[in-house]
Amino acid sequence: MPAESEKRSIHHLLVDRILQGPGRAPADQRARAFDNANLPEPLGPLLDKVATKSAQVTDADFATAMEAGFTDDQLFELVICAAVGESTRQYEAGLAALAEAIADTEAG
Amino acid sequence: MRPGVLEHGYGVGPKLLFRLIRLMSGRPAPDAAKLTFYRPDFYGTHMKTFTQEAMRGRSTWSVGDRELMAAYVSKVNDSPFCVGAHTATATRAYQDGERVAAVLADLDSATIEEGLRATLGMLGKLTSEGTLNADDIRAVLSAGVSRQQIGDALAVGFAFNTTDRLANAFAFQVLSQEGFEAGAKYLLKRGYR
Repeated sequence: MPAESEKRSIHHLLVDRILQGPGRAPADQRARAFDNANLPEPLGPLLDKVATKSAQVTDADFATAMEAGFTDDQLFELVICAAVGESTRQYEAGLAALAEAIADTEAG
Repeated sequence: MRPGVLEHGYGVGPKLLFRLIRLMSGRPAPDAAKLTFYRPDFYGTHMKTFTQEAMRGRSTWSVGDRELMAAYVSKVNDSPFCVGAHTATATRAYQDGERVAAVLADLDSATIEEGLRATLGMLGKLTSEGTLNADDIRAVLSAGVSRQQIGDALAVGFAFNTTDRLANAFAFQVLSQEGFEAGAKYLLKRGYR
């Protein structure tokens, strides 16, 4: 398998696992964390920061989510989904721009 | 690390491994390594495989170039653990700390190859703005970078845009300079498996 296809394949396995595989957080919450969309209030501040400004995550963000009943294992999963989701959007945007630039070059 | 389960929730196998690492190296296992051993079926196994392929798999970018990309993306993400780890690893790979420091201080004025500068600039834009367009890619192609090299660099970007976020969110402990240098030696010898 070419190196690029291999990396895409591993990336798909990772995304499929964290979203579709068994977890302590419900799959719909993992999907929302991944998409950084429609997050319930106690999770919003933490997961939006993970996606958009991770250096600003604080202990208080975790405390807010835990006080609302989320467990350590659920937060472990949801933070990973938020991080992988944002990185995936960036990766796919980069690959789409690459494909467009190459297609234009080949057409021209 | 936070939440607490990432400090105390490991099974017998990982605990023994962490003890062995401390015994052999005189240092605790870094948090980046520990994270991949927590419920590895969920995240660590696939992510280690991806990162190994991006950072040590076939590519016409050197290991030093890819470690520099990791350090640069980590700087844009303001991730102190990852900046320290990959600055040390790039420095050791290149055997040239000035080159790495110059890029991290000011990409535009650093004395590096134009293709590498354009690629780092592309990764910086993707990391800070979250997207790229075809013109951004054309600029990198014009600097002599191949399609394959751009794809390889985007994979490094994915690996560290993920890891930087987790390092910040889970509050990885920032190591001493000696700790980062020991980690760099390990990463160059053993990779990310």
